[in-house]
Amino acid sequence: MKPARFDYYDPTSVDEVLALLQQYGDEAKLLAGGQSLIPILNMRLAKPAVLIDLNRVAGLAYIRELDSQLQIGALTRHAEVERSPLIATRQPLLAETVRQIGHSQIRNRGTIGGSLAHADPAAELPAVMVALDGTFCLRGPSGVREVPAGEFFLMYFTTCIRPDEILTEVRVPVLPPRTGYAFLELSRRHGDFALAGVACTLTLAADGTMADCRLGLTGVSMTPVRATAAEARLQEGRPEPGLFAEAAGLVRAAVAPESDVHGSAEYRRHLAGVLTERALATALQRASVLLETEQLETEGGREG
Amino acid sequence: MRSITVNVNGRAYTRTVEPRLLLSDFIRHELGLTGTHVGCEHGVCGACTVLADGLAIRSCLTLAVQMDGASITTVEGLAAKGGELHPLQAAFREAHGLQCGFCTPGFLMTLVPWLAEHPQPTDAEIREALSGNLCRCTGYQNIVRAVKLAADAMADRKGGDGA
Repeated sequence: MKPARFDYYDPTSVDEVLALLQQYGDEAKLLAGGQSLIPILNMRLAKPAVLIDLNRVAGLAYIRELDSQLQIGALTRHAEVERSPLIATRQPLLAETVRQIGHSQIRNRGTIGGSLAHADPAAELPAVMVALDGTFCLRGPSGVREVPAGEFFLMYFTTCIRPDEILTEVRVPVLPPRTGYAFLELSRRHGDFALAGVACTLTLAADGTMADCRLGLTGVSMTPVRATAAEARLQEGRPEPGLFAEAAGLVRAAVAPESDVHGSAEYRRHLAGVLTERALATALQRASVLLETEQLETEGGREG
Repeated sequence: MRSITVNVNGRAYTRTVEPRLLLSDFIRHELGLTGTHVGCEHGVCGACTVLADGLAIRSCLTLAVQMDGASITTVEGLAAKGGELHPLQAAFREAHGLQCGFCTPGFLMTLVPWLAEHPQPTDAEIREALSGNLCRCTGYQNIVRAVKLAADAMADRKGGDGA
């Protein structure tokens, strides 16, 4: 298995990439970490005439915080996100998620932007992006376009990136105070594609009632699913197991998984509910610890 | 065709290659270093794992031209110059962590940098760490034993140096 012949370019700036995209359009494929594209080339499922390698483009790999948003350069490797102290403290949901992507060898090479632009329906990051209302920054000939996560994914392996555009950055808000989180997935082996997965955040108000709750699911539809009906129900009630079971029922009703050799549609639907319940319980537990810490600190401050 | 220079196991090699040449084939066919094995060629089996600038990667999912200027370590680069096995290699032999040996170079190259970061791993951590490498002979039991043995041996060695 070897890739078919292609013309290879390894530009060093985004402007050069855009010029190459102008020139070659649909004939060209962008190569980031290669952990999805190179298998496709090896099996000759794709035979692009031109390969534009982004790995020597300067200034596309970074993690920084600005105005309560984390900005992550598209060429940032999963392993860099996994090891980032900034991600661990400011957006731990992302840290927990990235650890479940592929295997260490994949994470050393695979990139945040490459994975999201590939838009595999069973990938982890798309679920997090829709749950957090993340933003995609696309650069094209006429400048930068910012696309909300809810509008980015169109179909299996299809996003709204135009042929003359490149994904340069993704943004996610930092977790608010008193927010617990969880990313749970089930796969046959650690690192395999998930049969189903769920990204969850749960924010408690200062009095312990529910302030906000978000659920993004992967592996259960052709694009990541934001479980809006379940979220609306969760918003109305007290954060406790009975409500979480109700939310899980709404999630099961909202997803449309397909059957394949790894699991039937019914099984995936069931799993989406089970994982939702577990993710909510974990997120609540983590949020409760933060709330208690906050209360102790307030009391301590008062006594002091 | 492109001219590239890649440092492999401490030696610089310059070759002219097609851009579509995979790093795994570059190592095996251009350099004659056949310790790196090719299994599935789509990133599932882990047999072709090598270190690129110290990080474990799958050489079948990397183009050789991308490694122009990089430093690669293959299984041939693990043993000391005099032939003394790396502690992990010695542990695989000691614990019978291989049968046919086809997957072994990939396991070793995955675990060498990992053990440096996880000097006292638990069984569960070891199993997670080697989930990206397939072995069809051993059932993994002895591989897990070998990793623990290597971790102990390397801890002893470190302790010895300190004393």
